[in-house]
Amino acid sequence: MREVLPFAGQRSARQVPGKEKRQIMDILSLSAVELGTAIREGAVTAVEAMEAVLGRIEESEEKLHCYITIEKEKALEKAGQVQKKIEAGELAGPLAGVPVAVKDNLCTAGRRTTCASRILENFVPTYTAEAVRNLEQAGAVIIGKTNMDEFAFGSTTETSAYGVTRNPHQPEHVPGGSSGGSAAAVAAGECFFALGSDTGGSVRQPASHCGVVGMKPTYGTVSRYGLVAYGSSLDQIGPLGRTVEDCAAILETIAASGGGALGSGPDGEAAAGTRKDSTYLNRKDIDFTSSLKKDVKGMRIGMPRDYFGQGLDGEVAKAVRMAAKLLAENGAVVEEFDLNLVEYAIPAYYTIAAAEASSNLERFDGIKYGYRASGAEELHQMYKKTRSEGFGPEVKRRIMLGSFVLSSGYYDAYYLKALRVKAMIKKAFDQAFAGYDCILGPVAPTTAPRLGESLSDPLKMYLGDIYTISANLAGLPAISVPCGADSRGLPIGLQLIGDCFQEKKILQAAYTYEQLRRAGQEKAVRTGEGR
Amino acid sequence: MANIISDETMEYVGILAKLELSGEEREQARKDMGRMLDYIDKLNELDTAGVEPMSHVFPAQNVFREDVVTNGDESEGILSNAPAEKDNMFAVPNVMSR
Repeated sequence: MREVLPFAGQRSARQVPGKEKRQIMDILSLSAVELGTAIREGAVTAVEAMEAVLGRIEESEEKLHCYITIEKEKALEKAGQVQKKIEAGELAGPLAGVPVAVKDNLCTAGRRTTCASRILENFVPTYTAEAVRNLEQAGAVIIGKTNMDEFAFGSTTETSAYGVTRNPHQPEHVPGGSSGGSAAAVAAGECFFALGSDTGGSVRQPASHCGVVGMKPTYGTVSRYGLVAYGSSLDQIGPLGRTVEDCAAILETIAASGGGALGSGPDGEAAAGTRKDSTYLNRKDIDFTSSLKKDVKGMRIGMPRDYFGQGLDGEVAKAVRMAAKLLAENGAVVEEFDLNLVEYAIPAYYTIAAAEASSNLERFDGIKYGYRASGAEELHQMYKKTRSEGFGPEVKRRIMLGSFVLSSGYYDAYYLKALRVKAMIKKAFDQAFAGYDCILGPVAPTTAPRLGESLSDPLKMYLGDIYTISANLAGLPAISVPCGADSRGLPIGLQLIGDCFQEKKILQAAYTYEQLRRAGQEKAVRTGEGR
Repeated sequence: MANIISDETMEYVGILAKLELSGEEREQARKDMGRMLDYIDKLNELDTAGVEPMSHVFPAQNVFREDVVTNGDESEGILSNAPAEKDNMFAVPNVMSR
């Protein structure tokens, strides 16, 4: 199987970080954890790493448009400060000095945060999201804020008010969404890793489309403090990286609760104690990197028959089945089973997500921040005009639908009905996980669509979320790992879904698969079988 | 289309959503909403009698903390985001009719 990696260096040919000074192309071929190691060992500095990334951005950003905001000078300055701390022994974590891209719906003190919406064009938060703050305290250095679907409503990054992002593998195709800018930036080497948010697949699906690893943890694992809310009962922040190891290390960092020691935050803000949201679980079992073992012997893996039925592209089905076969050959017990209610997940999801979105987006009224329409003579007219001019079509569509399903007379029939179905879907997963350690399937029914192909038919676009949204409804952890490419060179992703709190099982399975696949690719290169 | 959204309903939803849609936008929204509701009606195939609505997947408990101020005076940073301000306050259009 041919896989095109247009920017990131050939993974199989890369070297283990050494002590010698590295060439710039070499730096860009490292994973986040490898770069962190090289920086700690003194082979690379944080500033050199940032310069390498900014150089790549210089080359490819004009074409790809992964970012909404890039602050080069600030990034270099921060990298210099972090380097000093590393040399002084004050920062020694795996991500210290590693450049990171942050989705533009995560608040960053002193940095513009737009949610890819016109309504937040000039919004500069006074505080930083907890997940981002954890990364900064671990020494990761922010490059900029990545493009996304407006308020994360979409699956292609085409609803951004700041223009589309292109897929680094095939520029005429979308990167997926809503965290499309983050996924494309990782794939293109415009960052070493990125943060995204996943409400219905918005980390996993773009990761799949861009050929990188993306993960959504169990609901409540990462604090949502400072994440601009979309569907609060579904939203989780998740990592995007080049390897499973990177994702485990990033997740360990962003899920931590101890990041907020008394004192001053990175931007000089008062940081007294940790700030969480009401659903943060404060888990103790977040040593995710401990699960990176190449071993699936005896692991029970279930493949839902409904995930391989009508609507699934043939090439995607083949690649995912090959991945399952590889795991089975290495000792996993893989079998097909019937996961019930799959077809009801999308209608339940869109009802709940639209309802929560309509409520969460009430705050954008042109009073305290963001865009305000001119020419309104009284308050209510100003609200309506501001929102009508400030929001794009997809946002308006979901606010209208959400307002409808929550309105008196329809609340029971639509909203409560969807919440009842959600309970049934959760139960179906509980039954599945009584028999399996992991559920395996595709991430998306097709590879990345062409630009402009999806927006004309919203319902069709929503149907593309069929394999990812259930994990959000049931609060489950799930990971997307590259497992091949189609005949056009567009990446295909493998999804592994775990039971609540069982991140380690899916990480171990994903890591094992990644190592087996890489070994297979290296063998193919050696024996000349690589077509 | 099974779900026909009446003018009254569109008007009502527009008020709830605080959105003012132009004629063309409004017709498109009516069509889109009808189609989505047709699709959502699929949920009616399931018998949910006796199933409790589930808003959160885990039994969530409220977490309490002491109500102490931890941030300093950020009024300057906050007001710098305001579309209009006057005397350290948010300025808004006329609320009451003259």
